[in-house]
Amino acid sequence: MVLHTDATLLRLFGAVLGLLTLASGIGALLNHHVQDPALRATVQNVNARIRAWWIMAGVFIASISTGRAGSIVLFGLLSFLALREFVTLAPTAPADHRALVWCFFVATPLQYALIWAGRYEAFTILIPVYLSIFVAVRVALAGDTGRFLQRAATTQLALTICVYFVAYVPALMMLRIPGYHLPNAALIFFLVFVVQLSDVLQYIWGKTLGRRPIAPSVSPSKTWEGFCGGILSATAAGTAIWWITPFGPFQAALMALSIALMGFAGGLVMSAIKRDAGVKDYGSLIPGHGGVLDRIDSLCFAAPVFFHMTRYFFAS
Amino acid sequence: MIAQTIGGVCKFVAGVSTEWHCDPDTGDPRVFFANHASHLDFVVIWSALPTRCRDEVRPVAGGDYWNAGMVRRFMADRVFHALLIERHGAVGHSLAAARTSVGLMAAELDRQHSLIVFPEGTRSRGAAVGEFKAGLYHLSRLRPGVDLIPVFLGNTNRILPKGEALPVPMLSRVVFGAPTRVAADEDKASFLRRARAAVMELGGPHGSSH
Repeated sequence: MVLHTDATLLRLFGAVLGLLTLASGIGALLNHHVQDPALRATVQNVNARIRAWWIMAGVFIASISTGRAGSIVLFGLLSFLALREFVTLAPTAPADHRALVWCFFVATPLQYALIWAGRYEAFTILIPVYLSIFVAVRVALAGDTGRFLQRAATTQLALTICVYFVAYVPALMMLRIPGYHLPNAALIFFLVFVVQLSDVLQYIWGKTLGRRPIAPSVSPSKTWEGFCGGILSATAAGTAIWWITPFGPFQAALMALSIALMGFAGGLVMSAIKRDAGVKDYGSLIPGHGGVLDRIDSLCFAAPVFFHMTRYFFAS
Repeated sequence: MIAQTIGGVCKFVAGVSTEWHCDPDTGDPRVFFANHASHLDFVVIWSALPTRCRDEVRPVAGGDYWNAGMVRRFMADRVFHALLIERHGAVGHSLAAARTSVGLMAAELDRQHSLIVFPEGTRSRGAAVGEFKAGLYHLSRLRPGVDLIPVFLGNTNRILPKGEALPVPMLSRVVFGAPTRVAADEDKASFLRRARAAVMELGGPHGSSH
C-alpha cells in the first residue's frame, strides 16, 4: 500500500485535527459553565459526539491515506454495518431470508470488488439492474406473496442505500481528471468534509436559532433556521477549500451546495424510515451519534450525486 | 479456541447488545433459561457472559439432535461442552428418562457448573415463545437454592431461523433478568407460566415485534 504523504493532504488532516481540538475545547467550556439541569443532557451528548468524532476522523484519515485499498475496505465495512442496521428495522418476512443472504455475502463484496477492479459500467449497473431483478425473482421464488411488493422493494432499497450509494465514495478513486494534481483521496475528503460539516452546522444552527420545523412529523429537530444556516455555512466552508478540488471557486461552491442539499435529503429520508419503524436511532455503535446509518445517512444521498456531477463535468 | 472464533463471528453477524438486570457473576452456579428460535441462541448467551463464567457454563441440549452426525457431536462435546439429555417427546421417552435428565442437570450444578436451558424444548418458528416444559420446575424443586435467571433473546429468530444454514446479519439483543426461584407453595403450572412471562417481559412491548 502506498501512503499518500502529499503535503496538501497532510495540511488538510492537520486542519481537521485543529477543528476537533477547538470542538473539544468548546465542549469542555460548555461542560464547565452550563449548570442548567435541562441542558446538561444536551451538553453531555455534545461531548460524547465530539469524542466519537476524534475516532471517526482518525479512522477516516488513516484509511484514505492508503488510497484506493483503504477507502474500499472502510466503506465496504460501513456498507455491511449499515445494511445490518437497515435490515434489522426493515419489515422483512422469513421468506426473504435467502435473498438477504445473497445481498450481504455476494452483492456487497462484488460491488466493492468491481470498484477495486475499476469497472465503471459494471459497478454502476450491478445493483440497479442485476440485483434489482435478482431480489424480486428470489423473493417471488420463496413462495410467500404476502406484502410482496413491500418486501421486494424493501430489500432493493436496502441494497441501493446501504451498498450502491455508499460505494460511490471509494468509486471517486477511479475518476481520471485532466489537470488535477492531487490524489483523488482529496475528492473523498471534500465530499465527506462538506457533508459531515453540514450536518454539524445544521445541528448547531438548529439548536441555537431553530424555531420553525420543516417536517415535524418526520424529524422535529430539522428546522428552517438550521437548514438555511447549515447549508449556507457548509457551502462557504466547501468554497474555502476549492483549491483541493479540480473545481474553480464558483464551481466548488455549487458542488458544496449540492452536497449539502443532498445530505439534508438523505437525513430526512432516513429519518422517515426510522419514524416508520418507531425508533430514534438505527443502532448504538457510535456513542452519542447512534448507529452507523445515523452518521452516514446524509452521505448516502450526497455521494452518488457528487460522483456523477464530477464525472460528467470534469473527468476524461 | 474454536468456541472463541464462533463467538467472534456470532458477534459480527448478530451485533449483540447486552443488558443486565442481575449481577453478571455471583460466583455461584446458576440456571439461565431463555426463549429459543435459533442455533445462535446459545452462542449469543455464552459470548455475553463474563469470561470466567464462559468456561464453566454448560448448555443443555437434545441428545437426539446433537448426537446425530459427527459435526454436531463434535460441536456439542468438544466445542461447547453441552450436557446432552433425552428430550420430552423423543421416541421411547419415559418418566424415568425425564428423572434422569433432571438428575444429570442437578449433578452439574453440584459440580459448580452453570446451565443454559431452553425450556420450550425445541427451537420455535418466528418470535412467539412456546409453552415451557416441566424440567425447569423439577430441577428447581431438586435444587431450590439455585438462582434461575430469565434471559430474553431478541431477533435471533430472524438472523438464523430454524432450517436455514446461513445467517442474515442483524442487530440482536440479549437481556438478563432478575433472579427467581420456585416458591415453596407454588405448583408446576403457575411456576412455568410465571417463568415464561418473566422471559417475555424482558423483551419489552416491542421485544417480540420482529
